[in-house]
Amino acid sequence: MSGLTVKRLVAGYGGEPVLREVDFEVPEGGLLAVLGPSGCGKTTLLRVLAGFHPVASGEVWLGGRLLTSEVPPEKRGIGIVPQEGALFPHLSVAGNVGFGLSREERRGGRVEELLDLVGLSGFGARMPGQLSGGQAQRVALARALAPRPGVVLLDEPFSALDAGLREELRADVRATLRAAGATALLVTHDQEEALGIADLVAVLRDGVVAQLARPQTVYTSPADLGVALFVGEAMTFPGVARGGSVETPLGVLPTSGEGFGTVLLRPEQLVLGAHGVPSTVDDVLFHGHDATVLLRLPDGTSVRSRVQGKIPVRAGDSVSLSVRGSALFFGSTP
Amino acid sequence: MLPLAYLAVRSFERGGGVVWDVLARTRTAELALRSLSLAVTVTAACLVLGVLSAWLVVRSDLPGRRVLGVLLVLPLAVPSYVAGFTWISVVPDLSGFAGAFVVLTLVSYPYVLLPVSAALRTADPAVEEVARSLGRTSRQVFFSVTLRQIRPAALAGGLLVALYVLSDFGAVSLMRYEAFTLGIYTSYRATFDRTPAAILGLVLVLLAIALTLGERRARGLVAHRGRRRPLTVPLGRARVPAFSGTLVLIVLTLGVPVISLVWWLIAGTSTFSVTDVLATTGNTVAVSAFGALLTLALALPVGILAARYQGRLARGVELASFAGHALPGITVGLALVFFGIRFAPALYQTTPMLAFAYAVLFLPLAVGAVRTGVAHAPPVLEDVSRSLGRGRWETGLRVTVPLAAPGILAGTALVFLTCAKELPATLMLRPTGMDTLATELWTRTEVAAYAAAAPYAAVLLVVAAIPAVVLDRFLSQTDAGGER
Repeated sequence: MSGLTVKRLVAGYGGEPVLREVDFEVPEGGLLAVLGPSGCGKTTLLRVLAGFHPVASGEVWLGGRLLTSEVPPEKRGIGIVPQEGALFPHLSVAGNVGFGLSREERRGGRVEELLDLVGLSGFGARMPGQLSGGQAQRVALARALAPRPGVVLLDEPFSALDAGLREELRADVRATLRAAGATALLVTHDQEEALGIADLVAVLRDGVVAQLARPQTVYTSPADLGVALFVGEAMTFPGVARGGSVETPLGVLPTSGEGFGTVLLRPEQLVLGAHGVPSTVDDVLFHGHDATVLLRLPDGTSVRSRVQGKIPVRAGDSVSLSVRGSALFFGSTP
Repeated sequence: MLPLAYLAVRSFERGGGVVWDVLARTRTAELALRSLSLAVTVTAACLVLGVLSAWLVVRSDLPGRRVLGVLLVLPLAVPSYVAGFTWISVVPDLSGFAGAFVVLTLVSYPYVLLPVSAALRTADPAVEEVARSLGRTSRQVFFSVTLRQIRPAALAGGLLVALYVLSDFGAVSLMRYEAFTLGIYTSYRATFDRTPAAILGLVLVLLAIALTLGERRARGLVAHRGRRRPLTVPLGRARVPAFSGTLVLIVLTLGVPVISLVWWLIAGTSTFSVTDVLATTGNTVAVSAFGALLTLALALPVGILAARYQGRLARGVELASFAGHALPGITVGLALVFFGIRFAPALYQTTPMLAFAYAVLFLPLAVGAVRTGVAHAPPVLEDVSRSLGRGRWETGLRVTVPLAAPGILAGTALVFLTCAKELPATLMLRPTGMDTLATELWTRTEVAAYAAAAPYAAVLLVVAAIPAVVLDRFLSQTDAGGER
């Protein structure tokens, strides 16, 4: 058993391929997040894996079995959790969860076991219309897990929920998948979601995997400028790197790389304090848990700093700026 | 479409000269003018009645508006000739234009009421609230915002009314108002040469198609859908007149037919044979059920295709359904008479032929119902079922059919009801010696045997009202489901 492996997968509609040579592997019991902007081919990827869309070329292996286009969706052992749950409206919660089970399995208490797992024991008799959005998602997950699929595919499962609930459900889904020992693949356009939930992140761009790595690696050592800009807020400046350092409007910063290129800094790297480059505060955007301070440097460059806790400045103040850690550098010629 | 094409061929068979002769008769122009003026006035009256009553039922705090809402829709089940017959028996002087106008308005305003109340239920209340916050009074908001939001629905309903009036045969013949349909029937019956009837039938179709195209042009954009239920508007001092006005409308549309039928049944001098009525009822139910099932069988594949695949086919189906609404029963009946005599004499005046006529007439209704029903089972649910190990057929059986069934059943009920009410095509195509409730009623009222007609009318009302109630139930249920 080796989880889910996708090799040089090509698929599309008509002439233009949407997925061009997609490669990745999800180890058994692992959770991979496929992160990409809308239109990058995420939905097509899910449909191909689940067997609803034909493969043009390439291979999909699940648990040591090659899934060709001839294997119909019902014979794949792949569970899906669509956006907004898509529960069967004419069946009760128990009926939904038991849909993919045989009669013996339904009687054997598997349904209750799963409702327990997603924290909804006692909800079996309810109808989908009586559930909140988060509860419906949990039922959809339980339904997908019930027949013990080789892999569960989750399609933007949290996008319809409000922020607080999203955070809570994300942690619960992760715990549930762990407890069930399930291999899972989740697609999302929300980088915070992808980085927060997954063991591995695949950044999908224009139908190819631009980077496949652990969440922290994707954030701190992105494969290229595009990935870096997509996975988090950033400021960029043109610069020339030479001998392990680069000159920026914020002073000379340590970096790796040589030659002409782009310097990238994250807002949390900019520290307001007593020493460093002088700057003026343009505005403060308060987010609750932290705040973004918009600043202007003497040469007119606008930069942003993320501040935790008490905000020491207000608009119009003069403040010194220093940089924590080293800058990312991407050469303009690869 | 085939029978219609044949009608066209038949019209021109004897050369364009004959066509021109028939068209150039002053009588033809008179007929057209009569039909059109009736259609215009009835549609205008229905728009006013339908929009007002829809607004009262959906948006105001009218007491008992739920029950009133159901009662206001029920006239849909009253065939125009039953309404006409009961009105004549209450007001014997009523006839001609005035009679046809009163009767047709009272039976067809629900065609406006239904789509407009649906539009009022789903219209975005935020738009009205913005208008109020910008300084408009609630009355100004009704005229400048609300009416605009419901305009497409009202026009679509108005089109149905106009088409209904153009193709109505029962009310105009009872009121002895020489409209186009009656003209066609007289010319079909009176003369041996049936070519003029064919030509007039074609003209009627062309009138109906012109109306349909005009409405599509005037309809405009579909209003933005809101997520909240709009607020209820207090009527204040207008409550009493609004309530009594609604009651008067219900008395006129439902009370008059029911009370006068009951009166005829009790006070009627001529005795009627219960077995005759029962046999006729059996005929009606059998023919209508046959027609409804045949229509459904033809509509299922088309409706499923239209719901699942977008693009040219879906648009084609929509267009065909509009064309279908524009097909008057008398023209289809005529076309099938010609077609049957020439190509399928064995089938001419048999039940299958009549059922086929119903299918041609009401296919659009059924396709619409199937499409809505299947749309209630989103494809993603089928995907989920497949991924849970259920094959294509099992998925259809366990997911698609249970979800689509209520809509399909409602559509079948609607077709059944419409078949039971249908008069002109039934008159022309029914097997010799077989009477349905509609034809018996018509034959008796023709000779002013009102007491003898009453039992048939009463049974017909009951037969038609049952599916109407089922339909209304279904519509309000899907409404509630859509809000979640």
